[in-house]
Amino acid sequence: MSHDNLSATPPATAAEWPLWEVFVRPKAGLDHKHCGSLHAADASMAVQLAREVYTRRQEGTSIWVVRSSDITASDPGDKGMLFDPMEDKVYRHPTFYALPAAVDHM
Amino acid sequence: MPASSITLELTPSVRYVLRLADTCLIHAQRLGEWCGHGPVLEEDIAITNLALDLIGQSRALLTHAGHLEAAGRHPAFDEDQIAFLRDERQFFNLTLTEQPSRRDSAHSPGGDFADVVVRNLLLSTWFKLTWRALATSTDAELAAIAGKALKESLYHQQHAADWVVRLGDGTAESHARTQAALDRAWAFVAEMFADDDVDANAEQCGLGPSRANLREPWLAEVQAVLTDATLRMPDWPVYVSTGSQGMHSEHMGFILAELQSLQRGFPGGRW
Repeated sequence: MSHDNLSATPPATAAEWPLWEVFVRPKAGLDHKHCGSLHAADASMAVQLAREVYTRRQEGTSIWVVRSSDITASDPGDKGMLFDPMEDKVYRHPTFYALPAAVDHM
Repeated sequence: MPASSITLELTPSVRYVLRLADTCLIHAQRLGEWCGHGPVLEEDIAITNLALDLIGQSRALLTHAGHLEAAGRHPAFDEDQIAFLRDERQFFNLTLTEQPSRRDSAHSPGGDFADVVVRNLLLSTWFKLTWRALATSTDAELAAIAGKALKESLYHQQHAADWVVRLGDGTAESHARTQAALDRAWAFVAEMFADDDVDANAEQCGLGPSRANLREPWLAEVQAVLTDATLRMPDWPVYVSTGSQGMHSEHMGFILAELQSLQRGFPGGRW
């Protein structure tokens, strides 16, 4: 990276650093969990700052970051259309099966 | 009534440990001045985390220095007494740590971040090499403190190096300001490797490394970062500062006034 070509990469010269979503794995075997977001100039800085901001109290053993703008989210306005139809489909919960005693702990 | 000062009996071994403890302590105090003034919220927290790591290291070292100093002759002074009740001439930190790290400029009212990251790079590299060498100290307590501190300084060095490269190899403006910060800090680096009787004693009794031995590996590591950062390593300074001999720059008295005023005014005060 030379001193002059930074203007060619808009994110680094934008007034504000881009936003990143942070996911932390609390311990081995568990899933990474979304824990918040932060501003950082690039991915490696985002990981480093996530370490400072979100793992100060031994919350994590691994960190993922992803640009917030790279996340495609469902539209909150579609909530009724997308999720309400599931309300009366109780048969999709496996509560109607009589389990043999041998698999009692399933 | 204000608390009166304590005076430690300074054997070479006590001095050796105090040099490390005080360098951690005063570096942390300067970093702490950035609390609430970082360029962004996340970095503000990062600098404060670095300071807290250093205070932790300093606490362990001060406590250990207290035991070494007492040597069973009297009850050991505790970490607070040693930090807050010594006079300036009994502090042995590197002079670099006491230099102001928040400089005013038109572009950065309240401070120049480049001064912090450059200083962190120079000191964390020095600490890393020191802790690593102390792992084999004949003093088991010192070796244990060093083992814990090493992990912290590895991170401090990476954090600082990332910033020095980012700013040095950034814009023309950030490059110039980082080079200027390096030139300012460099005036004090000779002291980091200046051997004396304290080092000779430490090396002889296996307490720890003589500072001169750290110079070559330190130069190699710092040079690698500066090359990435497109910064120029200044010439080796002729002047050798003397903070670790107890003779400090004009800034030290102001730091101690702030650091010690509460315990001096309210001796033994707790909250």
